[in-house]
Amino acid sequence: MAGRARGAAPLRQVDPRARIVSALAFAVVVTGLSTLGALALAMAAALLALGCSGLPAARTLKRMAMMDGFIIFMLLILPFSTPGTPALTLPFGVVATVEGFRLAVEIGLTANAVILMLMALVGTMEPVMLGHALARLRVPRALVHLLLFTVRYIEVLRAEYARSRVAMRARAFRPGSNRHTWVSLGHLIGMMLVRALERSERILQAMKCRGFTGRIPLLDDFSWQATDRRFCALFGLGLLALVALEVALVHLA
Amino acid sequence: MSILLELEDIQFSYPGQPPVLRGASLGLAAGERVALVGPNGSGKSTLLRIALGLLRPARGTIRAFGETRQREADFVDLRRRIGLVFQDPDDQLFCPTVAEDIAFGPLNLGHSRAEALRMVDQVLDQLALGHLRDRITHHLSGGEKRLVTLATVLVMRPDVLLLDEPTNALDPENEERLLAILQALPQAILLVSHDPGFRARLVQREERLVNGQVSGNSGGT
Repeated sequence: MAGRARGAAPLRQVDPRARIVSALAFAVVVTGLSTLGALALAMAAALLALGCSGLPAARTLKRMAMMDGFIIFMLLILPFSTPGTPALTLPFGVVATVEGFRLAVEIGLTANAVILMLMALVGTMEPVMLGHALARLRVPRALVHLLLFTVRYIEVLRAEYARSRVAMRARAFRPGSNRHTWVSLGHLIGMMLVRALERSERILQAMKCRGFTGRIPLLDDFSWQATDRRFCALFGLGLLALVALEVALVHLA
Repeated sequence: MSILLELEDIQFSYPGQPPVLRGASLGLAAGERVALVGPNGSGKSTLLRIALGLLRPARGTIRAFGETRQREADFVDLRRRIGLVFQDPDDQLFCPTVAEDIAFGPLNLGHSRAEALRMVDQVLDQLALGHLRDRITHHLSGGEKRLVTLATVLVMRPDVLLLDEPTNALDPENEERLLAILQALPQAILLVSHDPGFRARLVQREERLVNGQVSGNSGGT
């Protein structure tokens, strides 16, 4: 399993472990920022990372906007629910406050900067490579195994589900809002659970046949190189700059 | 010829069901190729699993390589020397890449990474599967999966191969290829297969499993 892709976008050539740790550090620092200046810089850094990640910009930003869908209502309500200086008065005496707008922008910037950096650094990894990198970062073995097994078997389960659905259609099943549909889909899900359980037992047997004792040896060729040191140093400096800007802005205010 | 594997008077039932095996006995000698035939649900796969200690019989003895095997610890080295190829390749291939999956066994046996990778390349060469080395296991075709599962077992250098319906879902071309590989192997083989043509070309002897008991008859050559 190659840890880095030669000739690909610059960020993809960085060791996966460095990318995961950097994304995590970025998330911790950015959630601690509160001045709009520092947050804007963080957002700019995330956009820069996106540029260096080789991800298609338009599609990635669209995915980021999908994440915004989860917090949009909170962002819309915040200006009206936060007490403070009135900024805008709507009919029926609904008042939006300056503090509320500020808070909404702050949360929006934080969330988008973090998710964008995560997609640029970690989202570009193959799931399998992510598993290997997590294992090398000493994430508990059970969690890594869980991730790797999910990667391996989700397609098998999906194919099984698709086959069952085709088999149902072949016998003239048409889903609707009725008892028959719910019972049939219940049977389908129940049967998939039973089959998955039985399959997991067979897999364990097959693993035992090959001497499994609780450890899955992973083959990877991660190697820490000068590029990775440079990346970490640069990333660390960037985080320091964010913190410095934050402190300076707080003192100025 | 020395008897490698001997099952005697095996009784087994799954919880809440009538017994599948009622005193089944079976022996396999070095270099011998035997087919086990019988109707669906007659307990053929169950017998293979019992031979490897994956299921425990209610009664009966399992002797392999001159020793009686009872406890889990007895079966650990037996599982290295007897390789089971499962009916569904998706049960057996669980690692992301082909090389990792084949290396899983050798690494478990305590071989170093470099040794394991050398063994991987060796067995891939032997089966002429070198081109699949770095492929993702769940993207393989049915035939490729079958041949790779054989590789994952052969890399452990077993003395006996147990094959559970190896020709399931293979096209004639892949079936021919599998047959050629198996015919060239020195290992003793116990084959479970519903395919009379395949059996006739691989084994010297057939055993029938009916009503939970094995009754021999010499078929094939």
